[in-house]
Amino acid sequence: MKLKYIYPIILLVLFSVACSEDDTEFFPTNELEGLTKIQELSNDSHVVELYSKSGTLSTGYNVVSVRIKNLSNNTYVENAEITWLPVMQMPTMNHSCPKSDPVQVANMNALYQGFMIYQMTNSDGSGWSLTIDYTIDDVSYTVSSELMVFQSNLQNVSSFMGSDDSRYVVALIEPEAPIIGINEMVVGVYKMETMMSFPVVENYLLTLDPRMPGMGNHSSPNNTDLTYQVEDELYRGNLSLTMTGYWVLNLKLLNELGDVLKGEDVTEDNTQSSLYFEMEF
Amino acid sequence: MLPKTTHKAVCILKWNSRFTTVLFMFFGFYSWSQEVEPRVSPDTLNLQEVIVLAPHKLNHYKQDKPLSSIDDYLEKAQRVGMIKRGRYAWEPSLNNMTSERLNVTIDGMYVFGACTDKMDPITSYVDVSNIEQVTISSGQEGTEHGHNIGGAIDLKFPEAKYGPKKFKSSLDLGYETNGNYKTTGMDLAYTNTSFYLNLDGIYRHADNYEAGGQEEVLYSQFEKYNVSGQMGYLFNAHHALEAHFIYDKATDVGYPALPMDVSLAEALIGSIGHNYQSDSTLVKQWETKLYANTVTHIMDDSQRVDVPIRMDMPGWSDTYGFYSKLQAERFHHDLSLNLNGYYNRSLAEMTMYPNDSSQPSMFMYTWPDVRTWYTGLYVEDRYRFTPSKILSASMRLGYQNNRVANDEGLESLKIFYPNMGDDKNRMLFAFSSNYHFVKKDFDAIFGLGYGERAPSVSEGYGFYLFNSFDRFDYIGNPNLANEKSLEAQFKTNYRLDHFQIGLEASYFHIKDYVIGEIDPNLSAMTIGANGVKQYSALDYATIFDVYLHANFQFFKRFLVHSALGYNYGKGSHGGNLPLIKPFSYIAEVSYTAPYFNVAIQLQGNGNQSRYGYNYGEDETPAYGILNMNLGHVVPFHSNKLVFKYGIENVLDTYYSTYADWNNIPREGRNFYINLSVVMN
Repeated sequence: MKLKYIYPIILLVLFSVACSEDDTEFFPTNELEGLTKIQELSNDSHVVELYSKSGTLSTGYNVVSVRIKNLSNNTYVENAEITWLPVMQMPTMNHSCPKSDPVQVANMNALYQGFMIYQMTNSDGSGWSLTIDYTIDDVSYTVSSELMVFQSNLQNVSSFMGSDDSRYVVALIEPEAPIIGINEMVVGVYKMETMMSFPVVENYLLTLDPRMPGMGNHSSPNNTDLTYQVEDELYRGNLSLTMTGYWVLNLKLLNELGDVLKGEDVTEDNTQSSLYFEMEF
Repeated sequence: MLPKTTHKAVCILKWNSRFTTVLFMFFGFYSWSQEVEPRVSPDTLNLQEVIVLAPHKLNHYKQDKPLSSIDDYLEKAQRVGMIKRGRYAWEPSLNNMTSERLNVTIDGMYVFGACTDKMDPITSYVDVSNIEQVTISSGQEGTEHGHNIGGAIDLKFPEAKYGPKKFKSSLDLGYETNGNYKTTGMDLAYTNTSFYLNLDGIYRHADNYEAGGQEEVLYSQFEKYNVSGQMGYLFNAHHALEAHFIYDKATDVGYPALPMDVSLAEALIGSIGHNYQSDSTLVKQWETKLYANTVTHIMDDSQRVDVPIRMDMPGWSDTYGFYSKLQAERFHHDLSLNLNGYYNRSLAEMTMYPNDSSQPSMFMYTWPDVRTWYTGLYVEDRYRFTPSKILSASMRLGYQNNRVANDEGLESLKIFYPNMGDDKNRMLFAFSSNYHFVKKDFDAIFGLGYGERAPSVSEGYGFYLFNSFDRFDYIGNPNLANEKSLEAQFKTNYRLDHFQIGLEASYFHIKDYVIGEIDPNLSAMTIGANGVKQYSALDYATIFDVYLHANFQFFKRFLVHSALGYNYGKGSHGGNLPLIKPFSYIAEVSYTAPYFNVAIQLQGNGNQSRYGYNYGEDETPAYGILNMNLGHVVPFHSNKLVFKYGIENVLDTYYSTYADWNNIPREGRNFYINLSVVMN
């Protein structure tokens, strides 16, 4: 027990030592700090590097960082305009997923960032491909490749047909590292307009009821429903987690009129909503 | 020589209670004559009860069962009730109020239990071999060491003893048939004129006990070791140093009333002190002590066959503190000061293991590393108008700071209290005054008091603490106001030849009475719980208790003692408070000769008709049990053998009392024998 108290102190000391060393050195900001390369896509003139925190892509919400290396002078392009299109090849058809095109990251020179929300994948990780179109000094280029997208262990995205006969994709974005306490929960809600178009759904409502199935399916207090935020086009609310462990975040999606498009209340008989995410920590 | 308060043993007889009859048998009568003298030692001025254990004085013959646990001794005090969750570690209540409203100290030292479910009241971390006497002070009479509402229980170490060079030893053996309960104790003492050393050890082991009708009570076993040492060095007539330590370890403790047991309850308690004593100066006595203690409590359910979910609930509590108390005497004033302080950290966690092993374990802080810093000053003055008319007044002023040191724990609580900060300061105040007069055949005390207390760690910061009594999960509330109590107490005795009758009563009006209130919007965490209660406060609550007792001595060696008690507790919402003792009675006839004694006792409670329905209580039926005890003393050379034996619950009655958690039955018939060998 005593060690338990000492460890944080040791860590703190080590950490503060490490910090002070950093401060005294004058390397340029490492744009790739905390990022791991997923893969490279190349054409004759450029290599496009994809990065994420984990170095892999998986179902759900993925933030993907991009750098474009000019093969002629081995420098990284700082003035590209980039769009991308992820596509899943299904036996009878193709479809895309909700995404945002990469934009230059603030305070970075050659790093671009966007997201992709993969709603499904094949069990071996195959099926998705990515086409990146980019323009540098009014010259357009394109590059494409297959992607490996792995199935997440926990449900963090749901694709479904709502009671209004529209298809929706709902994805969990935050909390990425949940704490015991009140977490800000962020969710993206998208409508599948066509196979390739997934616009943001505005002004709907997500009700939230987190439960622990391993412990009598109890809930937690002071959760708030998730409401639409104009600034970032996402839904935000408070998620209370009273302990670590496995949580099921039961949701209901309601439109502006208050019609339930998907999901049910959790009761004694119905232990889980059909619209839910899973969380473990 | 160092302070001697030899009057104490005598005083108890004056402020007599149920237990004192036991002492009367051997000891009471020669002091009877002193009682009628209007000579008052300071100790008689309190509304106190004093239980003398004193195994160190090797006077086992005063007790009917010397190897009883501290809990057994406490239970004999009139105002004390013992809440039982099993055979071990009972929780004392005083004036129908439990731990959080009491100030329980070990020789003035604060020790805090490490269990969120009150499975380790600090009285469980000492044993009879460590303690010479227990002082029980009702209400605001008990603020010498800290703030309280219901009163104080102080477990006192033996007084220092210096004298001619001497080595003493004793061996105690005890056996009880019910639960195959074995006790072994040893005591070694060395004394000379400037140094003494005492070492003692005690070991207890019991299997499951049987309730009346030979019904085995599962998970009621326990095992316990206790070792303690005490030493002192006398520099000169005025200055002395003293040191104490206690190591106490209980393992495999079953709690039949609870869903979990305890695999380890361990405490190390140490102190070092300086004493100054003088008869000629203004300051008669000045005692300063530094202390530290650490408690580890491991609650688990590994022995239980059928549980909805496996869990571990360890807890830790460390306390560091000091006190410095001074006694001065001038003209007709006896003045006492006590400056004290402590720092405590209480941390407890809960880890639950889902039945679906693919899910990760579930973890939370149930006590989020709460740091409590308290410091306060106590001042008391007793003014003697005449030797038989005394007015006394006391006051305590304290400052308490609570801080949640664990960030995760703080974030947990912020789920309920988003605006709470990590610390909270409180000022606490207590005042009491009483007037006391003694006449040849009559004496009385009348007292008034006002006191405040801060919420306990569980009340302020507990997180989903399951109470198996009302089956609710409890959430602490850091915003609780201090609980405040106005009290009046009265005590009188009347003596006529060999007859004595006494009456005592206390009334408490408690404002902002802290208690759990159901929040129907919250979902219980514990499987099978009825819901969630948040600590909150009733506008007020009133508690009243009254005791009537009488003794009659005849044919010199016979004594009849009887006592009746009535208690009442109601909240401002009109409901009954929980754990209020119903009508109680005791009647005892004893015969005492120099080397032999026998006593027969009838003890019982009335029907608990005013039960606290809102707090999980039901109507506990009336009961009565019959006990019998005998004792022999056999001297040989300068040594002696002391036999104590008897039968508890002679009729093997199946019963439980208002204080038995979840109505677990108490022990059925039990034959016991204690043997002490005293070598001088």
